Order: sequence, then C-alpha cells, then structure tokens
Amino acid sequence: MDSDDDFNMSSEEEDVLEDSDNDNGSVDDFGFDEPEPDLGYTQKEQVKKEKRTFDTNFKVYHPDDIQAQQDDLIDEVNMILDIRKEDAAILLRHFRWNKERLIEDYMDRPKKVLEDAGLGPSTTGPPKLEVIPGFMCDICCEDEPGLKSFAMKCGHRYCADCYGQYLNQKIKEEGEAARIQCPQDGCKRILDAKSLDLLVTSDLQNRYHELLTRTYVEDKEQMKWCPAPDCQNAIECGIKKKDLDKVVPTVACDCKHRFCFGCALPDHQPAPCELVKKWLKKCADDSETANWISANTKECPKCNSTIEKNGGCNHMTCRKCKHEFCWMCMGLWSEHGTSWYNCNRFEEKSGSEARDAQAKSRVSLERYLHYYNRYANHEQSAKLDKDIFTKTEKKMISLQTASGMSWIEVQYLNSASHALQTCRQTLKWTYAFAFYLARNNLTEMFEDNQKDLEMAVEALSEMFEKPVDELANAKLKVEIMDKTSYCNKRRVILLADTADNLANGVWKWSNNN
Amino acid sequence: MTQKRITKELQEVLATPPPGIKVNLVDESNVHNWNIIMDGPADSPYAGGKFQLLLVLPPEYPFKPPKINFKTRIYHPNVTFDEHGSMCIGILKSEAWKPSSRIPNVLTAIQQLLLEPVPDDALEQATAQKFKEDRKAYDKEAREMTKKYAK
Repeated sequence: MDSDDDFNMSSEEEDVLEDSDNDNGSVDDFGFDEPEPDLGYTQKEQVKKEKRTFDTNFKVYHPDDIQAQQDDLIDEVNMILDIRKEDAAILLRHFRWNKERLIEDYMDRPKKVLEDAGLGPSTTGPPKLEVIPGFMCDICCEDEPGLKSFAMKCGHRYCADCYGQYLNQKIKEEGEAARIQCPQDGCKRILDAKSLDLLVTSDLQNRYHELLTRTYVEDKEQMKWCPAPDCQNAIECGIKKKDLDKVVPTVACDCKHRFCFGCALPDHQPAPCELVKKWLKKCADDSETANWISANTKECPKCNSTIEKNGGCNHMTCRKCKHEFCWMCMGLWSEHGTSWYNCNRFEEKSGSEARDAQAKSRVSLERYLHYYNRYANHEQSAKLDKDIFTKTEKKMISLQTASGMSWIEVQYLNSASHALQTCRQTLKWTYAFAFYLARNNLTEMFEDNQKDLEMAVEALSEMFEKPVDELANAKLKVEIMDKTSYCNKRRVILLADTADNLANGVWKWSNNN
Repeated sequence: MTQKRITKELQEVLATPPPGIKVNLVDESNVHNWNIIMDGPADSPYAGGKFQLLLVLPPEYPFKPPKINFKTRIYHPNVTFDEHGSMCIGILKSEAWKPSSRIPNVLTAIQQLLLEPVPDDALEQATAQKFKEDRKAYDKEAREMTKKYAK
C-alpha cells in the first residue's frame, strides 16, 4: 500500500521523463510492449529512504507568494458569491480564510453572514468623499460649509479629517487592520481597503496591508512567520500542536534560519518542545544560582531550607524551623556540649544521618549541573561558531593565496564549519533531553550515540582550528573532509534513533525533576 | 479641533447632567481635567455615598478614550481599593472605544457598574470572592466603607 502511494505522489515531471525512457527502452531493447514501471519505482524507493525520519515536510513562502495566495482566494470568493472584492476580503478574514466554510454558510444565510462579518445592511451607493450642506461632524463638532465628509455603507458620516485621524490611531498606534470598525458607537461595520484608500496617505495604506498579511499568516494554523530578524518569509507545515510529543518539527527557511515549527525557538532536535520549555525555565531559574548554591550552602537537616553560612560560628540556627545544628558535622548542636567553634564529632550518629540526607539532596543538584554544564558548553561553542563562520571565510581566502587552491577547492572548510554548527546545536539539546530521561537500555544507546557525536565534533573542531599553513596540507584536508562527513553521519544516526523512539512513544521520562 | 468637541460636551453635561452626577472642572483654564461627583445609586450598598472621580481627557481625545479614576475609596470588585482607584470597564478599552462615544455614556456605565459588579472581571479578587459567595457580607462591608469614606 505504501509503495503505491509513493508512486502516485511523486512529481509529475519525473513521471513523464521516466515513463518515456522506459517506453523507449522496453520497445527498442527487449521488443515487448509492456512498460516497466519497476525501474522508476526503485529509484523513487531510494529517494524515499533518503528522507530521514526526523525530517519534517514544509514549504517556504515569500512575501509575494503570501500576497498571491490571499488574492487568489479573494478572487475566487468574489466570483463564486458575486460580491465586491473588498467585501470578499472582509468575509474571508472573518472566516479565518476558511473558504469552504464561508461559501457554505453564505449560501445558507447570506444576511447573517454579512452582518456578523461587519458588512451589515447598506444604505448608500459606493462610498466617496462628499460635501453635504448643513453637515456637522459628530467627532470634532465642526460644521463649517464645504467640510468634506465620508461614510461607509452603514451611512455613519464623519468629516474626512476625523475619519483619517481615527484610522491613523487604529493602524499606527494600535496595530489594528482586519477589525477596524466604523467610528460610530455601537456600529460593527468593518472598514474595507477601498474606503481606506480614500482617507489616508499611501504609507498608512502600506502599513494597513502589511498588518493584514500578518493576520493572514497568524490566522492559519499551518503557517508561521520565520522568526529570524528581518526575514519576511512564512513557513507552512502540517504538524499540529497535538503531534508535538511525537515529533520535533525542525524547518529551514530560505534565509537559512533553522527553527522549530512547534514553538518557533531555534532548532532543538532531538528534544521535544515541552521538554525544551521545561528545561529553559529550569535553567533561567537555576543556572548561576545553582552553581553558587552548590558551592556555598547546605540544607537544614530538619526542614531542608537552603542555608548560607555568612559568619564564623559553626553553631547554626535555621531561620525557618529554628533547628540548631553544627555546620561541620551537620549533627544536633545539643550533642556538642561546650565544644564551641570546633567540631571534632564527625563520627556521631545524628551527624552522619544528617550528612546522608544532605548528600541525597546534593545528588539531584549535581545531576542537574552535570547536564547543564554540558548544555551550556555547547551553547557557548555555538555562539563562537558565528565567529568561526566569519573566520572561515577569511581562512578560505588566505588559504587560496597561500596554497594556490581554487575557491571550489577550499569549500571543504565551509562544510566543516557548517557541520560543527549544526552538530553542536544538536549536542546541546541532547543534554537537556538526557536530563529528563529515565535510565534504561535505550538511554545507554542514546548516550553511546551522544558520545560518538561529541568525540567526532571535538576532533573536527580541533582540526578546524589549525593555522592556515597546516590547513593547506593535502592530508589534513582529506582528514577534515572525512571527519565532516562522519560528524554529519553520526548526527543523522542520533536524530533518527531519538525521533523513532519518540514517534513510537518508547522513551521513559524520569519523574523527579 | 478636539477643543471644540470637548467644550461642547462640557456645556452639554453642565446644562443637563446625567441623574446623580455633578461635573466641574478641576481648574477653570483646563478643559481636559474634570471633577466628577457621583451619588451612590439607590438600591446599591453605595447609596447615600458621594464618590469623587477624576476624568482626564488625553490630548488625542476623542480618538483615545478618557482616563477615569475613583478618588474616593470604594469597596468594589472592579475598582482597586487604594489611592489610585483604578477600574476595569469595557467602554474605556481601546478596542471598544469609538470617537463618537460620549462622556455621559462613560459615566452611566460606571453607575451601572456600581449597581452590578462584574466579579469575573475583578481587580480585587477577595472582594469578588465575597460578592459571589456571601452577598450579605459583601453588602454590609460595602455599606460600612461607604459610610467611612464616601461622606
């Protein structure tokens, strides 16, 4: 069944090409008529295998595509329902661009649909600026003769200045576009683009359309803006919110930014969104503090409050529960008699029990710090990777002049730098992932994969840092190329393994965090 | 142009104030700051009280809504029980405010709020809780506070 689907889903262009090849081949070489779809099929099967389990299907849209999509839908509704384009746009926005539902509802009860969308009963002809004798604007209370005024189809008339200022306030100050209503108290008539054009300057019109496009993308569940600064593209992806415990949908915008479609944070494979959120919160609460606490404090043996010793005396009284104990041996102070300032009772029972409890609570902190420090290390290195990238460019240029290699011949450094960045990004999140895993056979395999990738990355990183004259060495070049592809391979293995287990729901999470 | 609108609204309110409401300017030379005295509505635990409010019209009025605060302390789920006397009221939210809305509408909306608190939209959670769970105790407390502060 699967294979049939695959065959049907492949691009038409390929089919045509391959079919004609097959036809020619079978007729000329073998002399019988039956076409051989198998040939094309096997090729496609291979293509399919290359698509890895942790890859997500998505599509990148540029600003022009996004505009065209809206225009197409508006044209369609305009034709099917025979209504003005600007009204079709308002209806579509009201229905969050669900064309089918709009048409269905409109066919059932057009009046109600129009009214709900803010296109209630209309009184006058096409809206235009007019001078009406005896008119007084209800907003500014001006009534001088010759005052230009405007009303949408609802008939609520205000002077052009006030209307314009109202729109300015809504668009510029409040960032509103799709839901701007008539200025009349209680009137729900929605402003259309044509009316807007009559009333405000072109830069405000542009802003209005920008805001509309923004709501178009935000209204669609399968679409998200690329979060990279200055990037205007949007991504379409079919992964739903409820799928996020089974997949980590990393997408890559045409601007090169890789991010998670689920939560819009930078790529965090293999860790699922929920875990990432938990981890980041924990780190924000804990990181520096945890280090300091680990070094400078102990917990009260009775109530577990964390206590910093800021004076010289070992006689501690817990502020919270008033428990008195000795800072040195953690034992009851009452057992210390008069041996002030100097504890030599390390072997006392109450002391050693308290120290055991202390150790237990420390273990969880230290476990966290183990993972956090490795996570932070890769994050730091990933930041340095930005420098590495620019350094690489310079290196590649100086390598060209030093060794006489061509631009193409030094591209391996670019690939290496790229591999380092993506692998470190992955490694970083493996540590957050591992922190939440319960220990079992799967975890061991995961840690082996993690270790392999980490060793490969560190080795590549070291080679990559070599001075230019050594990099020109042909042997090192081959080594770097090999290590680069090895790193990429190890990353794929690790991600495929974690993604499969995630999809099958077989990871066990530890519950004491 | 806002000056003309404000002057007209002020004249109207001074000539025919909404029932139970008195308006005067804080400073005669500034039409943007209005002093409001609101009677506690009969049929409410605020009856008999006189509440002072300060209404400030921003320079962008009427394109931006006015700001209004209780200067007299009032025990009410939707008004903060402090020196600010801030309140949460639908008509003053920027998405609901229309330039054609008028100040008397705002004032009657506040009177209405005194008659019918909206505990689900509360600024004072404890007061809202009491209003929902023990209406009698709430009424009693509100009456006492009215006596204490709103004389």
